Parts: sequence; C-alpha cells; structure tokens
Amino acid sequence: MKPAGKFKIGLFIPCYIDQFYPQVGIATLELLRKLDQDVHYPLKQTCCGQPLANSGAEDDAKEVYKNFVRNFSEFDYVVTPSGSCAYHVKEHYDILEQSEDVVKVRRCTYELCEFIADVLKVDDLKINYPHRVGVHQSCHGLRGLKLGNPSELISASYSKVISLLEKADGIELIKLDREDECCGFGGTFSIFEPAVSARMGRDRVDDHLRNNAEVITATDMSCLMHMEGIIKRNNKNIKVVHIAEILNSNSL
Amino acid sequence: MTSHSERAAAFLKDPDRVSWHDETLWIVRKKRDRAAASVKEWENLREKASKLKEYVLSDLAGLLTEFERNATLNGAVVHWAADADEFNRVVLEIIKSKNARNIVKSKSMLTEECGLNHFLQDHGVDIVDTDLGERIIQFRNEPPSHIVLPAIHLKKEDIGELFHLKLGTDRGATDPQYLTRAARVHLREKFLNAHVALTGVNFAIAENGTVVVCTNEGNADMGVHSAPVQIHCMGIEKIIPKMEHLAVFTRLLARNATGQPVTTYTSHYRTPKENGELHIIIVDNGRTERLASIDYRDALKCIRCGACMNTCPVYRRSGGHSYGFTIPGPIGTILAPHSVPGKILYKDLPAASSLCMSCSNVCPVKIGIHEQIYKLRQELIRKGYGSFVKRAILKISGFVFAKPVLYDISGKMVRIALKIVPRFLIYSRVNTWGLERELPAVPTQSFKEWYRQNGSN
Repeated sequence: MKPAGKFKIGLFIPCYIDQFYPQVGIATLELLRKLDQDVHYPLKQTCCGQPLANSGAEDDAKEVYKNFVRNFSEFDYVVTPSGSCAYHVKEHYDILEQSEDVVKVRRCTYELCEFIADVLKVDDLKINYPHRVGVHQSCHGLRGLKLGNPSELISASYSKVISLLEKADGIELIKLDREDECCGFGGTFSIFEPAVSARMGRDRVDDHLRNNAEVITATDMSCLMHMEGIIKRNNKNIKVVHIAEILNSNSL
Repeated sequence: MTSHSERAAAFLKDPDRVSWHDETLWIVRKKRDRAAASVKEWENLREKASKLKEYVLSDLAGLLTEFERNATLNGAVVHWAADADEFNRVVLEIIKSKNARNIVKSKSMLTEECGLNHFLQDHGVDIVDTDLGERIIQFRNEPPSHIVLPAIHLKKEDIGELFHLKLGTDRGATDPQYLTRAARVHLREKFLNAHVALTGVNFAIAENGTVVVCTNEGNADMGVHSAPVQIHCMGIEKIIPKMEHLAVFTRLLARNATGQPVTTYTSHYRTPKENGELHIIIVDNGRTERLASIDYRDALKCIRCGACMNTCPVYRRSGGHSYGFTIPGPIGTILAPHSVPGKILYKDLPAASSLCMSCSNVCPVKIGIHEQIYKLRQELIRKGYGSFVKRAILKISGFVFAKPVLYDISGKMVRIALKIVPRFLIYSRVNTWGLERELPAVPTQSFKEWYRQNGSN
C-alpha cells in the first residue's frame, strides 16, 4: 500500500533518545524515508520541555517551547518516536501565545505510529519480526493521544500500534494480565518516588515475563529505559525494543 | 513530617503485603470494568452525571436554599456549618440537648474530615462506627486507608488479632464469618442502646428535601430506626436538583465503586419518625473557596466512589495511609493541598502520581484529576515551594534546554561523565534512579552527532 502523500516532515528526536538511544532516532528516520517522505532533522532542536513542566516549572519551560516551535513551524508535519512528547506539545503548549506557528505546530505534531496510520494511511509495513512481543501501552500515547482504547473506557477496542504490529510476519503478540497498566516511569516521578516507581516497573516487567515475551516494545523509549534499568539490575532475560526499530525491520 | 515517598517506601518494605494489596484492589477494578461494560450507555451516563454536577455547582446557593425550604416543610431541622469546628459543635449541641450519650454512626467521610469522633470523645460522648471496616479502624485508632474500603490495608489475620483483643474472639481465629458474627453481636448491642444515629449523605434532593444514603451493610437504617434522633451530615456539594436525576448517579456509584449493580440499601430519609427528630447539617468547610477556583472547582463533583484509588497504580502499591490525608489516592491528592482555605498543605502529594490518567478515565463524573495534579505542581513551584536544589535544577535545565548549543555540550558532558566516573560515585545515594535501576548504556554518538555525519541521505 502506498503512503497517502509525500510530506515535508520535521523529525523531532526527544532529548533522552538523542543522548542515549540514537538507534531509535535512526530507525525512525530510515522508516519515514522508506515511506517516501521528505524528512528533515532541524539541528537546533533540544527538548519538548516536558521534564520541566511535569515537575511544575512550566514557566521555565516556555523558552524551551518557543525553541521547539521555531525549529518546527516550517514543516507539514512534526513526527516523533514518542507519544509522551507529542502529547505534551499538543496539550501543554496552551500557555504560549497562540500564534499561527504555535497553533500549526500543536496541530501537526504526531507520534510515529499515529502518523503512519492516520496521515500516511499505511496499514501493512511488510515487517518480518519472528519474536514473541509484549506491547507496553505507554500512558500518554494511549490515554492522551488515544492511540488505543484504554481498558477503563467502555468503548470499542482498537489500537493503532497493535494494528501495525500484528501484520508482521512471524510476530507473536503476547497477551498481558494487565493490558495497559502504567510502568511507573512518569518522568521525574521516577526520581521523586523511587520506591513506588521501581515496584511498578518490576510488576510490569514480570507481567511480560510471566506471559513469555522475549521483547517488550512501546511507543515511548522513556518507559522502556525505566524497564530496561530494572531488567538489567535484576538480570532478567528479556529485551526492550522501541516500536520504531520493529517497524523499521521491514522490506519495503 | 515524612513525605509520601518515605511512607510509600515503608509500606513497600513488605513486598508480599504490597502484592496482596495491589491484587485485591485490582480485582475490584476488574469487577468495576465488567459492571460498567454491562451498561451499554456507560460513557453517556458519565457525561450526563458530569453535566448534572456542573449544573449543580453553577447554582449551588439556589439549590441549597430550595433544599432547606423543602426539608424544613418535611419537618427536618436544617443546620449550617461554615467549618469543621462549627460542624462538631452543632452535633454536640444536638446530642447535649437530648442528654444523649450513645451515638451510632454510619457512612460518613465528612465526619472523618472534620475529626468528629475525637471531638465527641473529648466531650465524653461514646460514638461508635457501625460499618465493619470503619469499626475495625476505630478500634485501631487509625484513619481509613480507602474511602469505600476503609480497612483494605488489613488482612483477616490482622482482624483476628484485633478482635481477640477487643471483642474476646478466639486467639488466632481468622474465619471471616466467625469474626463478622462477633462484630455483629457487639454492634447489635450498640444499636439497641443508641440515643442518636448519625449518617453521611450521598445525595440530597433539592426538589423534595430528601437525603439519600447508599450502604451495603444496612447500618444507616439500623441506626436511624433504633435511635429517636437522627442526624444526617452533608457537604454543600451533595445536592442534586430533582428526584429524576438520582438514578443517573445510583447507576454509576455502586458499579464504579465495587462492581455491584446497586448498593444493597439505597435509603431515603425525608420526615422524622413519630416523636423523633431529623436533623440535617450542611457543611462548607472550605468548599466555597474551592468553588471559586477555576482550576480546582471540578473536584467538588466527586461522588466518593473510590474508583480512582482502585485503578491508581501508585495507590495500590503505596497504601492509603501513605497519603496522610483523610481521603487518599488521586482524588485525595487534588483535595488535600487546598483543604484549608488560605493555606497550601500536603505539598508532597502532587508528586505522588505518574500522571497515567487512569483516574480521570474511571471517574464517574469526569473530574480531570490528572490535569489538576499537573496544575498543582505548577502552582507549588510558582509559589516558591519545593527544595532550593529542585528549583535550581529546574531553572538551570530550562536555561540549557532553551539554548541548542548549551544542550549539545551538556549532553556530551553527561555522556562522557557516565563513561569515566567510577560506578560507586554514579550510583551514590543521591541518585534515586540508581537505587533499584541501572542507567542506560552510553552510546558512542548522540543521534544529532550521527545525523551530522550520515543523515543527509
């Protein structure tokens, strides 16, 4: 299936992915190019400002927001391998003066899976991924961007993320006991409430282990970074892989 | 005073008990899901309940005076209390005027909020909580750890031990039926000797002056029927306009709270018994101030179902007492900081959330709980709370993130530092991330560095 169009895309790579998980940024860039998109990575980008705002310092984040808008206002779409950052831009840039650029950036910022499903309208990426995969539904993507229906809401079942994965050759998507419980990362929550955060992370990893997953994937590397930290500390036999890396393991 | 994170860490020291607490409440959450799914218009019902509550908050004064007029016509005596202190004194005056000594109570978080039990005990009045969970924590001289399941932090072994001490049950007995029976015998005697029965109020209906109390054990009825004087206490936000609106809420309340289609008893109290007295006390205690606050007023829509606690991944693992406020969990987190007009209290609670938003999704009246937690965090920093170190780190980060060159340099420095600094220094006690987690491995290049070399094609 051909993408619904060719767009000028500003690639936003969240700060912690830039610094610690460059392979996720590379996979996102490669995937979007394979999908015939005109992808640019503005070099003066830094961060969406969420780490500050989630800690209560949105006033200090304003200049960070403005830098984001300056970097991305010229594109048709801003695409990022993070549901949480995309949600933050859409939801919390409301404290800026709503100039044409701000409104456009807020409207045109997309999480990667959502962009592929809703804008490019590609539903089969011809992926080959012969592994048992557990999908961790990151909260801001799930409940904020509505990438799927959260288990609390009485509504029809769907998931833009799982729809993209389930067509992969060889993949086995495992069912979790708790399909969409928070992993306990929560940004600076992981620092201010370390005991609860770590316990939540262990419980989430255990759910995947109990159900025989080889790989935990998610739309957010931040959740995966937290779970990876727990997996390594406890020597568990399971890997974390960002969804962009799975979606890029294709033969388009 | 300790913070939520310290109290949570203490609760988490017993991992098996935490697993049990988490799993027990998760079962309640699953029951809620099934009960909600059995009502196909569930989400519409939530929307309707939310709109009704918004209407109520938009005309609180009008509806309350309409309620007072109709309740008075029914023969009730309506009292108003501006704060906890006045509320406690009004209750004491009623009790004194009847020379009453034995009071039985059922289903009231408001009396917990106002500290009524201790106030009355200090004035020589014996007030007994008659609902099983409440009686258990009263015996233990503890606050509730959940608003619907007040003793959910305790296991049957704990209850067996407690009842052995307080009620003389067999040592080591843990059979729930045996223990419940012992409580029943004990409470029956309290009911028979009660002079005044006191209850909370779930809904007060403006058009006919009725108060409605939803219970499972039937103790509100038992008390009201056995004591000559009945007192119903309500916060000003409990009002609903008409009888026809009640079902919107009763259809949501029990399903969302415990997964039951409806509470076992939905008691309507309208007129005093023959030769009896019916008092209704309407309490403000900070609610008017909240009503005037655009950011936080929606919390007044709460119908106290407790579903936000059952779904909260933090609450299930930190326990209700970790919040240190009468109402724990997500709703407690947004009520506590502004619970006393003119002050900001419980400043540790807004940080005790991963902002997963599940609370807002289960809320039957659609309170944007996570949005209010986010706003509270902004307010705390804006008003200069939070440690100097935390505020300094935030200020510096804001400065660095706003300057691309500084960001690039800082990022590189952090990556180099993580590579060359010895492990024991990186994993020192101040690195709370590293207490139970590894930091990510450091790559040779950042994405930006890679892109500069390879990104153009």
